Amino acid sequence: MTKPLTGAQIMCEALIREGVEVMFGIPGGAIMPFYYAMWDYRDRLRHVLCRHEQGAGHAAEGYARATGKIGVCIGTSGPGATNLVTPIADAMMDSTPLLAITGQVGSHVLGKDAFQETDITGITMPITKHNYLVKNVDELPYVFKEAIHIATTGRPGPVLIDITKDAMQKTTVPNWDIKLNLPGYKPTYQGNRRQIREAIKLLISAKKPLIIAGHGIIMAGAHRELQEFAERLRIPVITTLHGIGAIPENHPLAIGMPGMHGWVHVNRAIQECDVLFNIGGRFDDRVTGKASTFAPHARIIHVDIDPSEIGKNVRVDVPIVGDARLVLQALLEDLPPPSELAELHTHASDWMEHIREMQDKHQGKQQYKNRAAMANMSLPPHDVYEALSRTLNARGNYRVVTDVGQHQMWAAQLIDWNHGPRTHITSGGAGTMGFAVPAALGVAIAYPNETVWAIVGDGGFQMTNQEMATIVQEGLKNVKVAVINNGYLGMVRQWQELFEHKRYSGTPLSGPNFAKLAEAYGWKGLTVERSEDVQAAIDEAHATDGPVLIDFRVEREVNVFPMVPQNKSIGEMILSESQA
Amino acid sequence: MKKHTIVALLQDRPGVLSRVIGLIRRRGYNIESLAVGHSETAGVSRLTLVVESEDVEQVVKQLYRLIEVIKVSDVTDDPTVEREMTMIKLHAPPAARHEIISMCSVFGARIVDVGSNTMIIEMTGTPGKVENFIEVVRPYGIKEMMRTGRIAMVRGARGHNASEYVEPATNGVAVPALN
Repeated sequence: MTKPLTGAQIMCEALIREGVEVMFGIPGGAIMPFYYAMWDYRDRLRHVLCRHEQGAGHAAEGYARATGKIGVCIGTSGPGATNLVTPIADAMMDSTPLLAITGQVGSHVLGKDAFQETDITGITMPITKHNYLVKNVDELPYVFKEAIHIATTGRPGPVLIDITKDAMQKTTVPNWDIKLNLPGYKPTYQGNRRQIREAIKLLISAKKPLIIAGHGIIMAGAHRELQEFAERLRIPVITTLHGIGAIPENHPLAIGMPGMHGWVHVNRAIQECDVLFNIGGRFDDRVTGKASTFAPHARIIHVDIDPSEIGKNVRVDVPIVGDARLVLQALLEDLPPPSELAELHTHASDWMEHIREMQDKHQGKQQYKNRAAMANMSLPPHDVYEALSRTLNARGNYRVVTDVGQHQMWAAQLIDWNHGPRTHITSGGAGTMGFAVPAALGVAIAYPNETVWAIVGDGGFQMTNQEMATIVQEGLKNVKVAVINNGYLGMVRQWQELFEHKRYSGTPLSGPNFAKLAEAYGWKGLTVERSEDVQAAIDEAHATDGPVLIDFRVEREVNVFPMVPQNKSIGEMILSESQA
Repeated sequence: MKKHTIVALLQDRPGVLSRVIGLIRRRGYNIESLAVGHSETAGVSRLTLVVESEDVEQVVKQLYRLIEVIKVSDVTDDPTVEREMTMIKLHAPPAARHEIISMCSVFGARIVDVGSNTMIIEMTGTPGKVENFIEVVRPYGIKEMMRTGRIAMVRGARGHNASEYVEPATNGVAVPALN
């Protein structure tokens, strides 16, 4: 018989039992019993004190996205909990395993507008995979086990546990002999074999097949299987924003990113292909453009672990519900021997040649930079990315976190992503500005021996940069921040320029001297205004044993191209201002 | 838009109804009728939902994303027995009572309360029959009316028994505590 523990002690024990090592949070009245108990577990459960709960949530997301393990964030009741709402919604959209723990007022005053009371389970119902309100200390072992199981299995997602203060204070003998009772939650991992054979039949008969590799590849750890499958059939591979890292971009079959700011040759290839094999992507509107015009000639095979994604945005000919890795393994097993694939390989080289011709003709990475318009700029943003890409690929051992906006699209486009999965982490579905700096904190804690770059616009940076203090307090020397500073909310300004008669309403943006701000936080701060100084600054950042911020004051009004205007077909890309 | 009758088995936990309704609200569908109560299996509720939707398959798939949703079926085109109940407080002065009583017996409705000038009538039937009955008694003057949501059950051996999906709760403390 084990001895009685307080609810708060049970919470710590439960987290340790589930393999949690680090938590990001801020204490407050209702969650104080948990912090009281945490003191005894501080050698096993590292608590990172953030400066804002939104920062704690994004840090936990960054940790989760970089490791595949669950990220844990903590807030108190009321505003502590509501400040977690944005990262929870972000984790929902990007299928990030996140556990949010919130304190709640005592059960005797629940629902009576007590001090710092909000109905956080009600608020987060549509933005969590599941949530709980716990009023009874005896439920805690079960609820923590079930919550972490739900967050990390199937299609991962955020789960919130709201615990009343008295449930944390009461004592009980915990029952760790837990059998989960989830009759309605049985994720499908193995793809249907008949459908898998159907998919192979389609892919083998195709003359112009394409693979779209999405976030599911990264989450399932299916990048090796993906690469092998693509190589066996010689199918070109597209990587979505979250699929970056599924295949190295210098692989001969990798052709790059699709969609709104994807490459012309990729979008054209989608519009021409006869079989489209999407594995682990959800046909987001930023990928498909106007969905009814997407891939008009293609039979579509869609692999997703979430059945509700199949057929949601585009019609699907062969649906396969399952885990990307297990499905790819089954596909590999059922492939005919290489001797039977000779004819297919002839088609494959014609098709690939055609795609590469389109790539050469339109703007690939190389031509992109040479546009005449940039010749007279003292610092086109592209020069920053070119130097970063060159340096990071030469050094290796890096992770990049991006925020949301122009700088994010440039990072996806212009950096050569050759270093595998989980090296590119960004806020995709929710498009949460303010993600990068705190998420980089979480990544840096997960990988203290790697360099973690946060690339962020001056808009997003000013939303959550207070976490620079957390980075210092935690002694993280491996964080480097590149602010792509154009003095605008740049992506909004771009839309205003192209589609709204240059009415720059609410987009010009001032800021403090970011380098001095960094210095005030105890960082090294650098400012770069000319292309010729970019490389030296990046090298100095790498050479510095401590956090460094570089304020890249880039040309103010540069646009991200190519671009598919919203609700247009991805066949209708605009390549420059004059086409808008 | 077509009306669909959806039958679902739900784990009986706090907030589950809220989750189901929230999900349907999010997609902007209108709930025409909703009824929920215990099923034949302890810890499992059975829900009947009538919803107007062009894409009911998506509604069903989305419902499955809820952790506590065990089984969902669109029974719109299946042979079912459907029932709804209404209670009507009718203006019923002594002079009209005889006529009302005979009307009730035609429809198999029961008079469950008689006041000095009112009667409460309870009537159960298919949604169409309930509708007819209401129209027939309306001229007497309806003072109050209440209708339950529709409940539906698939005829014959087909259907869903909750015990096919649920194991009896085995971990003594935690599961009952969640109810």
